[in-house]
Amino acid sequence: MTEQAAQRRKERIDRGIKVRTDGLYALMSLRELAYLALPRVLLIGGLVVLPLLVPDLYWRRVITITCIYGLLALSFDFLAHYVGLVSLGGAFFVGTGGYLAAIANTSLGLSAWITVPAAALVGGGICTLLLLPCLPLRGVYFAIISLMYPLFAARVIEALDIFGGTDGIMGIDGFPNRFLEQFTPILLLLIVLFGLRRLVNTDLGLVLRGVKDNDQAIRASGMNVTFFKSVAVFIAASMGCLSGACLVHIYMWSGISLFALDFSILPIAATVIGGSGTLAGPVLGCLILVPISEMLRDFGTLRIVFYALILVAFIVFKSEGLMAWGQRKYQQFERWAQI
Amino acid sequence: MSREPILKAEHMSKTFGGIIALNRVSFAVEKGEILGIIGPNGSGKTTIVNCLTGFVKKSSGRVFFSGRDISNLPPHKIADMGLTRTFQVMRPYYSLPAYKNLVIPLFSPRARRTGGWRGGGRLGDRNTVGIDILEEIGFERDSYVPYKKAATLPTGYLKRLELARCLALKPEMIICDEIFSGLSMSEIASMVPLIERLQMEGITLIMIEHRLRELFRVANRVMVVNFGEKLIEGSPTVVMADERVKEAYFGSQNVQEVMTHA
Repeated sequence: MTEQAAQRRKERIDRGIKVRTDGLYALMSLRELAYLALPRVLLIGGLVVLPLLVPDLYWRRVITITCIYGLLALSFDFLAHYVGLVSLGGAFFVGTGGYLAAIANTSLGLSAWITVPAAALVGGGICTLLLLPCLPLRGVYFAIISLMYPLFAARVIEALDIFGGTDGIMGIDGFPNRFLEQFTPILLLLIVLFGLRRLVNTDLGLVLRGVKDNDQAIRASGMNVTFFKSVAVFIAASMGCLSGACLVHIYMWSGISLFALDFSILPIAATVIGGSGTLAGPVLGCLILVPISEMLRDFGTLRIVFYALILVAFIVFKSEGLMAWGQRKYQQFERWAQI
Repeated sequence: MSREPILKAEHMSKTFGGIIALNRVSFAVEKGEILGIIGPNGSGKTTIVNCLTGFVKKSSGRVFFSGRDISNLPPHKIADMGLTRTFQVMRPYYSLPAYKNLVIPLFSPRARRTGGWRGGGRLGDRNTVGIDILEEIGFERDSYVPYKKAATLPTGYLKRLELARCLALKPEMIICDEIFSGLSMSEIASMVPLIERLQMEGITLIMIEHRLRELFRVANRVMVVNFGEKLIEGSPTVVMADERVKEAYFGSQNVQEVMTHA
């Protein structure tokens, strides 16, 4: 057996079409263009068509929630793998955005079209300001501190009985109709996904990646590391607040469960499954994890066990993540080579 | 020597806990000159760089750059004024191609302010400017080298990349922390003219080195540091003739002998 293994090894080679579509040459033929477009069309088309294929109202709602989590997972992946800030504060972003939208809607009477973008911008600013003192921290230290924020916010609301206390804020307007409610989160998710993919390859994105790679060199280049970290946190927090504001208008209710740690933890699990640092991967992970978590609801408390098993299986057998695996299969072929 | 020094350190001290890393070191660098700083391992050379550039907070003492007190400025402000440094342990952005490594410093406020690389105007496409700088610093333009990931580059190129990162800021002064160490003789031989050219272009340099023979070829003045204190300062020949330097730096060995082996 060892003799056989010693004489052969698997080698991976880029597909011809992958090489041909690397540069401008992709424009030469429809086949090359189709090769490039296929994964994107699959994702966009899939997300748009899915709600039309699902007749059940309940499962349509699950698709919406999936998109909400997708936004959060994108926010986590962006911060963790492009800026080096592992943030467990997803729930804090959701809660801040959610409460802002709820207050703007019930107190000021603004419609969802104004509250959602406003909550994203204002909420992003508030979250950035509150996280500013923690920005010099890195890695696990930042993770722990950012985990404290949602817990803190929930307790403050509960103890001071502000914003409706434990009852939450009720009577929030929904989206004008069911169609918009369904497709707004999907559209937002797609815009944010492709926007982020562009951002990380711009010059600003390179600087952010530089902050992750080595912040001393950024300092030596005359740039303020904390400033760029806060820019990144603002972007990520805005995305989180955006999802929170959508959620509030979908549920027509806002309460301290918006600060539930699910919003911090599930995006991380989705990132692990989908492939960290790929941006599209975490969205893929949400598309798998959220429906599974809904299906497992029948099992009651056993749900967590199944959930954990799936996670462990992915970490052990496919630690690179689905996206990285799929990308490899799409771009390369494997063959046995004699040594 | 009537000119105002571009960089002046006054009684700079640094203690790490109970260890005195720097003890009241004072020196000045004039515009356009190359000052070499030498000293045995652990004598505080890199601490001097860190204190000058703000990466480490001084315990006491003051630093002036271009007539401005920079003692309490953060490192990015100091770099923004045109006082840049290289790192002894190279710090490229390993996951990025070499030329993208330069896009990052070119994004900095100083690079935007100082405009196009060599000759005014607005900064063009940062990728192109980055490749231009790499070519100036010795990356072969038509080869694959500028496009390779920094993680795959050999030490010689990484040292040049460190220098290029400083040059992207159009600095007034560069502090090179052991830019020759770890390089082969031929790599050093090709690096020396580069240093000379930077001086011709009016950039002031401080060079911290262990490779004395090469340093003495380019340095106008040399300062010797031992146990965090300044021993002597002067022209290379004067410094090498000094008995205290021979004692502290070379032990009892003959200086000429060490230099031929270096």
